[in-house]
Amino acid sequence: MASRFERLHAPLITPLTLVLAVIAAAAAWFIYLRFQLGLGAIANINAGYPWGLWVVVDVVIGSALGCGGFAMALLIYIFNRGALSPLMRPALLGGLFGYSLAGAAVLFDLGRWWQFYNILTPWHWNLNSVMLEIALCVFVYVVVLWLEFSPALFERFGWKGLRQFAENWMWLLIALGVVLPFMHQSSLGSALVVLGHKLDPLYNTAFLPLLFVTSAIAMGFGVVVVEATVVSHSFRRASEHALLVQVAAVMAWLLIGWTLFRWGEVAYRGALGGVLAWSGATVSLWLETLLALFAALVCLSGARNDARWLFMAGVAVLLFGSVYRVASYLVAYHPVGNYSYFPSFPELVITIGVIAFEVLAYLVFVKVFPVLGAHGAAHPARK
Amino acid sequence: MLIDSTLCIGCQACVDACREANGVVMDPTPNNFEGWNAAQTWDIAQDLDGETLNVIRLWRSGNATVKDAEEDGFAFGKRHCLHCVDPSCISVCPVQAMTKDPVTGIVGYDPDACIGCRYCSYGCPFGVPQFDLNSAFGQINKCQMCRHLQAEGKIPACCDVCPTGASLFGPVDLLQAEAERRLAATPGSLMSFPRGDITQDRPRHEKAVPHYIRQTYGEHEVGGTQVRYLSAVPFESIGLPKLDSFAPSRLSEGLQHTLYKWMIAPVLAVVGAAWLVRRNRVAAERDRGEEV
Repeated sequence: MASRFERLHAPLITPLTLVLAVIAAAAAWFIYLRFQLGLGAIANINAGYPWGLWVVVDVVIGSALGCGGFAMALLIYIFNRGALSPLMRPALLGGLFGYSLAGAAVLFDLGRWWQFYNILTPWHWNLNSVMLEIALCVFVYVVVLWLEFSPALFERFGWKGLRQFAENWMWLLIALGVVLPFMHQSSLGSALVVLGHKLDPLYNTAFLPLLFVTSAIAMGFGVVVVEATVVSHSFRRASEHALLVQVAAVMAWLLIGWTLFRWGEVAYRGALGGVLAWSGATVSLWLETLLALFAALVCLSGARNDARWLFMAGVAVLLFGSVYRVASYLVAYHPVGNYSYFPSFPELVITIGVIAFEVLAYLVFVKVFPVLGAHGAAHPARK
Repeated sequence: MLIDSTLCIGCQACVDACREANGVVMDPTPNNFEGWNAAQTWDIAQDLDGETLNVIRLWRSGNATVKDAEEDGFAFGKRHCLHCVDPSCISVCPVQAMTKDPVTGIVGYDPDACIGCRYCSYGCPFGVPQFDLNSAFGQINKCQMCRHLQAEGKIPACCDVCPTGASLFGPVDLLQAEAERRLAATPGSLMSFPRGDITQDRPRHEKAVPHYIRQTYGEHEVGGTQVRYLSAVPFESIGLPKLDSFAPSRLSEGLQHTLYKWMIAPVLAVVGAAWLVRRNRVAAERDRGEEV
């Protein structure tokens, strides 16, 4: 059985991978200090803002950026767009690292990390807790992601029996892989419902779970567009533009629907009065709207035929989802008392370092394992 | 516990007693009184933090000359856990580290269960539970109504030492009746106020009834709290936010328990997805076969 995927034949050590490794090493040093000295010595989180950059960027945004595999699986297997399947495995790999590192980031953010396994023991479970759903669901999903990706590993090592075994059960893994993210990505929104008066009316709604999961799917498509464009451009591979345009169209309608719902919902609750006030929540709301509409406009107009515009639309979607998440968790969050929060230098280095490690691991994997879609005669599947 | 802001004279005996009773280190920061506090003799905690469980905060307006006046006045607010009837911290904790005692109603904390996610801190409508960020092996700290002292038959340290009865301990229904007695009295008339424990016969003291805000804070807020407040200045001024009578955790729990009832919806979704995946994958294989 010839693989439909191939590995990228390029050197592992390049200036880019070296820079990424250095940033990741700097982050590792600060993570060591965090365990030595405690959270307060490294991070700027405080009595008013117990959650900072690590929770919001590494976990909430990081996992949404890992939704490429989820979003593509929805399109390919649920909505039967099989033609897009060459985009599947790279998207899955992005999801694999996005989620694995979101899980890892939780460990250094937890104040009592040495007891983290309490969350896996049923006698500790609080079934009312949104956090419990997120934790268990993400944990299971990371395992599913690795199993979903395992054929790429087995292919590389030539373990045909295991590969066949994984393929035989793939239908179940894929089904789990499209349902689990619905659960935890929506729960990342439900997690904020309990905030009540602490969350700005522009953001606080019972529809938070719906807004979170749908924007995560949009970000998943955005990641696929950005990743595929960057990889085909930097490694001079045949462009996947024709497929990306199809993904972009779906993404655009999703964004338009999302934005209309978002504003309609705010208007329905009578919270529109605040949209012209000068506040962080208002600025965020406008910013996410403009980014979403810009991306949708590009994806539905002639500009989408230009790979650079399409790339920018993809980046805009990622920014859109990130602004929405930072705003929901921090900017539109009003602590009790006069507190402010801005991440410290070590906090930033750790977050950037985790992302650098993610990109680095992605680059290593596409060069070692058959991940990228094979492109027929010009690019033989097996060299 | 009933806190009457108008009785508080800001002596901070309760803050000191709380530290002693709960073994909390002194917090001399921020030290902007150099020289005066060089030896760090004085405790100047500004707000609740990972160590401080109870703090008195001064509110002032204008030239701050008249106690409990809204204009040119000042007032004291006491900050600690309100021991909600329906606490958000318990609802959000994934590992049942926060518990509500079925008899006393005390919202307690178990460091052996806690994983340090700080969701309780993030979700509390009053910003009460705090993680000790200064330690490499910190924990959440919050007022547990001196449950260790109550187990010995004593009352919470802050109420025990309060010289004016501004912090008053007792069963919630008796305290609510006491609050209503104060609200019903004519402002300016003389009234006697109990001290320490409302069920005990400690010497009372007499004082003119102030111009109360006509509300007992905590009777309805977020579904009710076991610590209630009286004040003559707006409650927001002394650090008590305006809240609905509805506990927001009811909404998030309702949402989750609807979506995840018996796990029916997720299981159906997986079954449906699996059916579609199998069908579409077979179709895709066939299409590819024809192309080759």
